Amino acid sequence: MSQLSSADTETAEAPAIDEVRNDVLAAFSARLGDGIVGSRIQPGHDLWIRVSRDSWAATAEAAKQLGYTFFDFLSAIDWMPSPFGRDMDAQEDIVVSGAQAKEPQPMMQGYAGGETRFQVLARLYSINAKMGVTFKADLPDSDLSIATWSNTFAGANWHEREAKEMFGINFVGHPNLINMYLPTDFQGHPLRKDFPLLARRVRPWPGIVDVEPMPGVGDDEEGEGE
Amino acid sequence: MTTIDEPQSVADLAASATDNRVNLDFETEGMTLNMGPQHPATHGTLRIVAKLDGEQVVSAEPVCGYMHRGYEKLTEVRTYPQINALINRIDWLGSFANEVPFILAAERLMGVEAPPRAQWIRTILFEMSRVANISLFLGDFGLQLGGMTAGFYAFRDREWVLNQIEAVTGGRFHPNFDRIGGLKDDLPKGWIADTHVAMDRLLAFCDEMEDLLVGNEIFQSRTRGIGVIPEDIALSYGLSGANLRASGVDWDLRRDGCPEGLVYDKIDWKVWTHPDGDCFARTWVRLQETREAAKIVKQLLDTIPSGPVMAKVPRIIKVPEGEAYVACENPLGEMGYYVVSKGDLVPFRVKIRSASFNNISVIPWVARGAYVPDLISILGSLYFILGDIDR
Repeated sequence: MSQLSSADTETAEAPAIDEVRNDVLAAFSARLGDGIVGSRIQPGHDLWIRVSRDSWAATAEAAKQLGYTFFDFLSAIDWMPSPFGRDMDAQEDIVVSGAQAKEPQPMMQGYAGGETRFQVLARLYSINAKMGVTFKADLPDSDLSIATWSNTFAGANWHEREAKEMFGINFVGHPNLINMYLPTDFQGHPLRKDFPLLARRVRPWPGIVDVEPMPGVGDDEEGEGE
Repeated sequence: MTTIDEPQSVADLAASATDNRVNLDFETEGMTLNMGPQHPATHGTLRIVAKLDGEQVVSAEPVCGYMHRGYEKLTEVRTYPQINALINRIDWLGSFANEVPFILAAERLMGVEAPPRAQWIRTILFEMSRVANISLFLGDFGLQLGGMTAGFYAFRDREWVLNQIEAVTGGRFHPNFDRIGGLKDDLPKGWIADTHVAMDRLLAFCDEMEDLLVGNEIFQSRTRGIGVIPEDIALSYGLSGANLRASGVDWDLRRDGCPEGLVYDKIDWKVWTHPDGDCFARTWVRLQETREAAKIVKQLLDTIPSGPVMAKVPRIIKVPEGEAYVACENPLGEMGYYVVSKGDLVPFRVKIRSASFNNISVIPWVARGAYVPDLISILGSLYFILGDIDR
């Protein structure tokens, strides 16, 4: 069994070069050209392709032609660090209690890069190639809109409705962009990082206590389990 | 039985007629029927707004959200072990199967691998969740179509599986047994022999269901040719699990994309498909899968290796920075977690891809042109768990 290794799977995992996924990426570049602005291959595991917002609809078409016909999911990520802190405590509360406010976290996008706060991501499978690809696209803050995929993949319809209510992203050309889960008159977009989880704001979550060392185990915070 | 060749075009014609409130052919008035949120055929609080023209469904639109619990938001303020307890509640009939993809995603990000014995037990419990989940489907679907006996038999025999799950995890429905790096505990004494007995019992149950339900003439006339979903539609809606395989797509993540940490490649088993794509095909595929799952469990019980069930992991789980999408073939279909970590105690974002959400998104397409009683067959055979739709 392998022990804890670094997050750098590029070097730790067995195949350093994933030729199959390289070929897939090349096939997409041939069709989309400059539309691809970033990519990342995790050998043996996964492939991320970041496309420009304008070529989002073309990406779906190209994927379908390349055999990526199974629609898996579509969602979004808000890369803004939570203003309520990474340790589940609100910065406002810290300041009120007299402690030093923490440095705000820099905004760091994930695999395949990114430049904006909001990213749309979607995943498709090829049944024949037995492979999945995750697509991403940046959305500028000034215009949170992107072309719909629901014309190409019917299943995207509901996923885009969910992304719309949770992140406030407009999908241009979507037939019926109404709320999926939330009441019609709901204010705000719950999965945005600056949307407070009210239950947590009213009463701090005691769950953080769970990870304190058990009595008698010692004070070494990173202590190994038995 | 539906005898419409092209449901799409017929429905479009009927839709325009309903807009005028009068069907020109039969001079019938359009009507809106609310099924649910408390309809027995919806397994919970799903509402279907069906526009009818006589007995025929012109459009059916599911209304979700009555059970939305905001899990994706909650995961951002909970540690990884806490999330494990939370996501048990997504598909509550096969809870252990919910934990596995999430734990495997965290393990992939951390570079941890569970010991072989833990991988074996994980796979066994995973397949037992499938047996428990789908055996209830068989009974419940029979119940919805008027065969009461099937329901009682299913509840009776499912208890055999739940007892075994309870014996090892301590919980019948929400085990919370999987851990990053392995399992909470080893198997109790005598468990393997007892589970063999339970699985034999379930194999007998499958035979019983084959005679009682699938072989039943009334059942067949209620399901054959009803709610046909062709292959391309199934793929573009992202249907997964038995719903996809019943449309003739030979796709099973256990075989075609099995993440490390499950041992399906170590045993001999088969993926069942059916070419018809109707309600009967979906039931038939599920029945075969239940049987296959019981056989998988029996094979794994015989080959289970010895050794520890937990790898060495830090007491405080901090997952390194990165992104991972891990999906498994859960009882209801593909369930995956897209985990984004920033190296903290809590994930930065978790996108939960649940099977039922995609599976029922096809209802507006497939219900058009069906008759009202067929709607029950279609809903039942697509098989969804409300917690799995709304999350």
